[in-house]
Amino acid sequence: MTTPAAPMIVPDFGDESTTGRKLAIICSKGTLDMAYPGLILANAALGEGVETHLFFTFWGFDIITKSRMADLKFTPLGNTATHLPQGLGGLPGITAMATHQMRKQIAEVGVPEIPEFLEQIVASGGHLWACRMSADMMHLTKDDLYKEVEDIINAADFIEKTDGAQLLFI
Amino acid sequence: MPVTTIAGRDIHVDDEGFLTTYDEWDPDLAEQLAAQIGIELTDAHRKAIDFLRADYATQGETANLRRVSTLGGIPTKELFTLFPKKPAKKMAYIAGLPKPHGCV
Repeated sequence: MTTPAAPMIVPDFGDESTTGRKLAIICSKGTLDMAYPGLILANAALGEGVETHLFFTFWGFDIITKSRMADLKFTPLGNTATHLPQGLGGLPGITAMATHQMRKQIAEVGVPEIPEFLEQIVASGGHLWACRMSADMMHLTKDDLYKEVEDIINAADFIEKTDGAQLLFI
Repeated sequence: MPVTTIAGRDIHVDDEGFLTTYDEWDPDLAEQLAAQIGIELTDAHRKAIDFLRADYATQGETANLRRVSTLGGIPTKELFTLFPKKPAKKMAYIAGLPKPHGCV
């Protein structure tokens, strides 16, 4: 008597299940610690074959503004999760120190700086959009923005582009 | 731990089908693994696979896309062309390595 051969085990990469899946991420914060979650999730979604759109609005505009994107900051002020005494956050030099420390920790886990991360997201097929109202408020034009930002669009345009998408507001 | 038969050989895999034993892999097997997920290997694919194998040997974990592009010298865009949709996982499978577990 022969034992039946075990079925061949091949990973199911689920290519079909992600076809048509879309993710929209709204980045509304410009601090170093709030920029990364959106970018990391966008990168992960792209790596899973999900069409991904990022909309940068309000303070999130700093992430794609050429003059600021490489210089985002982190402050412990008002952030109890740093577990430091709150009074400490207001002392001179604390923001610079905390920013320096966070950058170091981010680099140590192999995560790129913001401009390089955006480059990777675009290379992976991600779409970057800038918010019209934020651009008008801050008197910025497309020339002031990271070159791979596809366009400055209004909120309604973004909603239209991401029809049927899952949405994340950060 | 499941054992599956690929190209007449017994291969140890995890529940999803990723190879679990580094030394059970060879370039011929890679061709078979690739074929099973609809990829025909070219030299460009092999360059990525070779980098992944070598990097795993020194690092003890599967390289992520960024590592393959920056250290392996294969642009991210190209990786998406070579291994459509899920390059990191597909490369790892063909290279006989575990799924990458980093976030980036």
